[in-house]
Amino acid sequence: MDKLLLLGDEAVAQGAIDAGLSGVYAYPGTPSTEITEYIQASKEAKGRNIVSDWSANEKTAMETAIGMSYAGKKALVCMKHVGLNVAADAFVNSAMTGAHGGLVVVSADDPSMHSSQNEQDSRFYGKFAQIPVLEPSNQQEAYDMTRYAFDLSEKYGTPVMLRLTTRLSHSRAGIIRKEMKEQNKMSLPSDLKQFVLLPAIARKRYNTLLAKQDAFAEEGIQSENNILIDGKDKSMGIIASGIAYNYLLENFPGETIPYPVLKISQYPVSKKVIKSLYDQVESILVLEEGYPIIEEGLRGILDEGKTIKGRMDDTLPMAGELNPRKVRKALGMETPEGYAIPEILEGRPPLLCDGCPHWDSFGALNEALTSYSKGRVLSDIGCYTLSALPPLNSINSCVDMGASITMAIGAAEAGLVPAVAAIGDSTFTHSGMTGLLDAVNKKAPITVLLMDNATTGMTGGQDSAGFGKLENIILGLGVEQEHVRVINPLRRHHDDNVNVFKEELAFEGVSVIIARRECIQTLARRMKQKHAKKETAAS
Amino acid sequence: MKKDIILAGVGGQGILTIATIIGTAALSEGLQLKQAEVHGMSQRGGDVQSHLRISSDPIASDLIAEASADMIISVEPMESLRYFNMLNTETGWLVSSMNPFKNISNYPVVEDILTEIWKLPRYVTLDADKIAKEQGTVKAANIVVLGAAVPFLGLKYSSFEDAIRKIFGRKGTYLVEVNLNALKAGYDFTQEKLAKSKV
Ligand SMILES: Cc1ncc(C[n+]2csc(CCOP(=O)(O)OP(=O)(O)O)c2C)c(N)n1
Ligand code: SF4
Repeated sequence: MDKLLLLGDEAVAQGAIDAGLSGVYAYPGTPSTEITEYIQASKEAKGRNIVSDWSANEKTAMETAIGMSYAGKKALVCMKHVGLNVAADAFVNSAMTGAHGGLVVVSADDPSMHSSQNEQDSRFYGKFAQIPVLEPSNQQEAYDMTRYAFDLSEKYGTPVMLRLTTRLSHSRAGIIRKEMKEQNKMSLPSDLKQFVLLPAIARKRYNTLLAKQDAFAEEGIQSENNILIDGKDKSMGIIASGIAYNYLLENFPGETIPYPVLKISQYPVSKKVIKSLYDQVESILVLEEGYPIIEEGLRGILDEGKTIKGRMDDTLPMAGELNPRKVRKALGMETPEGYAIPEILEGRPPLLCDGCPHWDSFGALNEALTSYSKGRVLSDIGCYTLSALPPLNSINSCVDMGASITMAIGAAEAGLVPAVAAIGDSTFTHSGMTGLLDAVNKKAPITVLLMDNATTGMTGGQDSAGFGKLENIILGLGVEQEHVRVINPLRRHHDDNVNVFKEELAFEGVSVIIARRECIQTLARRMKQKHAKKETAAS
Repeated sequence: MKKDIILAGVGGQGILTIATIIGTAALSEGLQLKQAEVHGMSQRGGDVQSHLRISSDPIASDLIAEASADMIISVEPMESLRYFNMLNTETGWLVSSMNPFKNISNYPVVEDILTEIWKLPRYVTLDADKIAKEQGTVKAANIVVLGAAVPFLGLKYSSFEDAIRKIFGRKGTYLVEVNLNALKAGYDFTQEKLAKSKV
């Protein structure tokens, strides 16, 4: 078969399609978004009726996938690392219920925080839930391991996690496909109480999960995902996991690595394979992308064994992603110096697009707030978070999706009245709605700026779950009709909009101002598609 | 054969198109390839970069090591400075457009930027906007810069032409022609510069 040039994300998507997938469930988030988008665009996926529309958030995605697994079909769940925090309740408990149809959870980490709030390491969640975790080091492995993940999931009746990192997710390379497998037919688990986590059943399920742990570790050896490669120089042994293995190889081009190397791409790691490395070397260097998970385990609490080098002793920095140079230094090899970066270079932070509706929403809000003291705008995550930067300097927080409304309630209850919550439409339906119900029940003196640009702009313009339904949702949650205002964020409506903000800021209760204008990127794309359709219709 | 290339520019300037063309050309010559892209946050007028690696042997890392890039191809002059540390000091070439993209208030003086570039032992700087306009559209400036880099990439010129036909073909013959001309104009610019430096 021909090689396909795919992003790591796309390799996972193709691997899942070829493994017999029936549904992908996801909420967008960099660097995981392209997995679902690839399946949405795939003709093969369409031909196989693979469900692929976006979920409202990561928790609903995870739960829907558990439902599909319960009914016997293969389901894939995709999210960025912080999405797993949102899905965590469902995720951790899915380890208890186990899977029926193959259930694979992809969590894409973002070390160095290229586009995230933190650099948490999803392998911890895998360990926490006590399920197998796979960590491919390249695009071919991403494809192969996705297929293997479904096999493993069905063999042991367990969810399996696939951990990606930005550099693999967003890097392209050639991959070779394997045969396409049949999709599963619908079937129910033989024990119809398997998914009922009442304490009495949960205790049994937990014992079942614990009993699988040794087999999980053994699988990592059988699959050759964890493999010891011999080396003559026993002064040091190297453990390299996931993408760190590539950075190690990069420093020995066309040569064999002189040290014994344990390549790890599957967890839990068997004690046996660690010991066979440990016993033959004088010291160990641990290279892993993310938190020092393997390293910490190896050191133990007392750390009294052989010398271990890694992130915890500053051989490698604790924060930030690895790269070939950092690994080279850790190996004690000479690192060439490049040219100095000229001092006149300036940073070039991302900006809201020219003509973006958020400019006008915050322009009006800023002006309406001039008569109050500063620091009143609790915000959320989306393109509008860029309004924290000059020239707007509008917002004072961005913590996690949905936190704007709830933080505004807390701040108002501490005396910050009025407090403003700034939130986008997609974030609102992701996890802002429940907070708004709290606000209504408490009659909190907050003003919510809900920016309805009809899309999920930040991640490239995916459908927004609440499209066309926002007023009904807001009124249904109990916000009073006269305090649900709709404005058109355009420069020429500026003065009117400022007045609307002023009126609602003065109201000591919950008000929601919907700033409604389509994202200009989505608009441009829609116009282009419309144009293209017209042309094909004409020809 | 191995070329490690840093592509630099500002979001929306078309560096991923350059990457796709080089990638397609490399594949057509049976080479291996890895290309790390930047998605998300950095696309809105912020700085963007891509690591493109092509080789006749298997490629390990998705990222290029510091001080080992064979080339920096930049569609914006200040952005080329950002990756100076990546360039191989013994062999590396820098090819950059001289046309600034000023979307920050503290953008440095353009002459100062060029002075920094011209301190390097191996560089090509060109007025890509002007050359692109002469070929029909300033939008092809990224392809002009690519053309100027072609002499250093170790691939056949015709492979780039075929790649452009393949990639722009769906968009009509006019765009194919404009981009082929832009490629040629950039290519000629560098060939002239190299010929001059030989005498
Ligand atoms: C839990 C979680 N999931 C996903 C993301 C990625 N993400 C950040 S903002 C955003 C969407 C924002 O959409 P919206 O609120 O409509 O604002 P817009 O970008 O359109 O202005 C997403 C998906 C995240 N940061 N956290
Ligand atoms: S993508 Fe859309 S929402 Fe985001 S900054 Fe651009 S116009 Fe605004």
